[in-house]
Amino acid sequence: MKFTGTVIKYGDNVDTDVIIPARYLNTIDKKELASHCMEDLDATFAARVKPGDILVAGYNFGCGSSREHAPIAIKESGIALVIAKSFARIFYRNSINIGLPIVECEAAADAIAEGHTVEADLDAGIIRDLTTGEDYPTEPFPPFIQSIISAGGLVSAIRSGVIR
Amino acid sequence: MAMTMTQKILAAHAGLDEVAAGQLILADVDLVLGNDITSPVAIAEYEKLGKNEVFDREKVAMVMDHFAPNKDIKAAGQCKMCRDFCGRMDITNFYDVGSMGVEHALLPERGLVVSGDVVIGADSHTCTYGALGAFSTGVGSTDMACGMATGKAWFKVPSAIRFELTGKLGKYVSGKDVILHIIGKIGVDGALYKSMEFCGEGLHTLSVSDRLCMANMAIEAGAKNGIFEVDDKTLAYIREAGGKEPKVYTADPDAVYDETYTIDLSTIRPTVAFPHLPENTHTVDEIDEVKIDQVVIGSCTNGRLEDLQIAADILKGKKVCKGVRAIVIPATQKIYLQAMEQGLLKIFIEAGAVVSTPTCGPCLGGHMGILAEGERAVATTNRNFVGRMGHPKSEVYLASPAVAAASAIAGKICAPEEVL
Repeated sequence: MKFTGTVIKYGDNVDTDVIIPARYLNTIDKKELASHCMEDLDATFAARVKPGDILVAGYNFGCGSSREHAPIAIKESGIALVIAKSFARIFYRNSINIGLPIVECEAAADAIAEGHTVEADLDAGIIRDLTTGEDYPTEPFPPFIQSIISAGGLVSAIRSGVIR
Repeated sequence: MAMTMTQKILAAHAGLDEVAAGQLILADVDLVLGNDITSPVAIAEYEKLGKNEVFDREKVAMVMDHFAPNKDIKAAGQCKMCRDFCGRMDITNFYDVGSMGVEHALLPERGLVVSGDVVIGADSHTCTYGALGAFSTGVGSTDMACGMATGKAWFKVPSAIRFELTGKLGKYVSGKDVILHIIGKIGVDGALYKSMEFCGEGLHTLSVSDRLCMANMAIEAGAKNGIFEVDDKTLAYIREAGGKEPKVYTADPDAVYDETYTIDLSTIRPTVAFPHLPENTHTVDEIDEVKIDQVVIGSCTNGRLEDLQIAADILKGKKVCKGVRAIVIPATQKIYLQAMEQGLLKIFIEAGAVVSTPTCGPCLGGHMGILAEGERAVATTNRNFVGRMGHPKSEVYLASPAVAAASAIAGKICAPEEVL
């Protein structure tokens, strides 16, 4: 999986309540959810995010509520990849399950700044900040997780018999 | 190889003799849970699997508690979607208005969770059932959908942090204060991906209600699950709830823990988490004047009978401060009825509080007590994130039922002793 995009950056402990506030959880319409993505943290996000953008954040990204509406809203908003210092575990598995690419990389999330252009090759295990020329190695996913991602998410993995 | 309590339960459910931290496993689940917010997404995913029936119609539970009784037309549509699905799949444990309660109070009360179970729920506070010695953890809607279809879920086996409890809590100090104290100590990601295992002599002094409250907030420290050693109190609770025969697992004496903390319960003071993270804790003794507009007593954390009894004990014969709105929400119909029979509702109403039918409502800014810009609430709930109870510029202070009740009387955050 390869990505190139412009960075939108946030800090630590970005919780799923600010990613998609509960007042919008009376719908499962993806476009509607995306239109309110990040609203309580950054009211400009929905208007400025472009398809292919890369979201970079600090520790414990996606903490709090298990609402899958959060990774759905991020994915539907056009974000191609989330790089964070660490992820809250439910958000992490939800992202894998719905096929939103995410990667943990402390050094990259620390150094890469808002507006930078970043290239990521998750198979090769490398994140490159094209603005600064710096490279950051990443850990590959374990084979089991990789098989879910390759299938396009958990539902597809079960349908295609990858997981029984 | 030595295993923690969580690891033993996971190994047994994965059909393995042993598991190690970091190992990826596929485990059988004893119960799959969803609510009116997360189930609609799960149902949409489930339909893609093309299955006509769930893996076991008695092992799926759906509870209409978040935006129910329906707060608006869209919420009504989501509940209807759940109702139709459960009807079509002939799901036994569908709880609608009239039988529903806040899910994590309801399921243990109904005997649907027992020691040794593996439970997944599309709600982050599913970790509550660890209080009964079960492995239970929050997942997303897709996991719920696949769990309903296959009866299985994938897990990365967690390592654990051990909390050895000693001593006994003082008057008006509760499990809520203990867990807020712990989150303040280790931080909102202090137990990320890990189990929090509670043990020690002090554990036996805690009521099951206190344990449910503590396990409930394990997620607020980032934990995969919180789990308590099983004792006579646990078994008596499960028996009374009419649950199936529990299976008791104990950690091996030489199990490896990432860290061990000793918590002397007798030293814990009433604790409050300030906005906007549960880790921003202060004891009531070190708080300057914080005036409040609203008090909420309820939720999956603190809406149980014991919580209402403590609040009523403090509010009896007193009045809620002018300018403060006090909202009491019994977590289940059974608790509501017991509170009525015990005269607690009369105490609340006479004090000037309102009593609501069970709902998660205000905890997540859904309905039944939303905050305006600049308003402050003391709540016995579990999260104080930006905008959690309403306007992004409102504030939530997390506290115990005793502190919340006392604060309702004082109009500012205060220790229970100050209003007696």
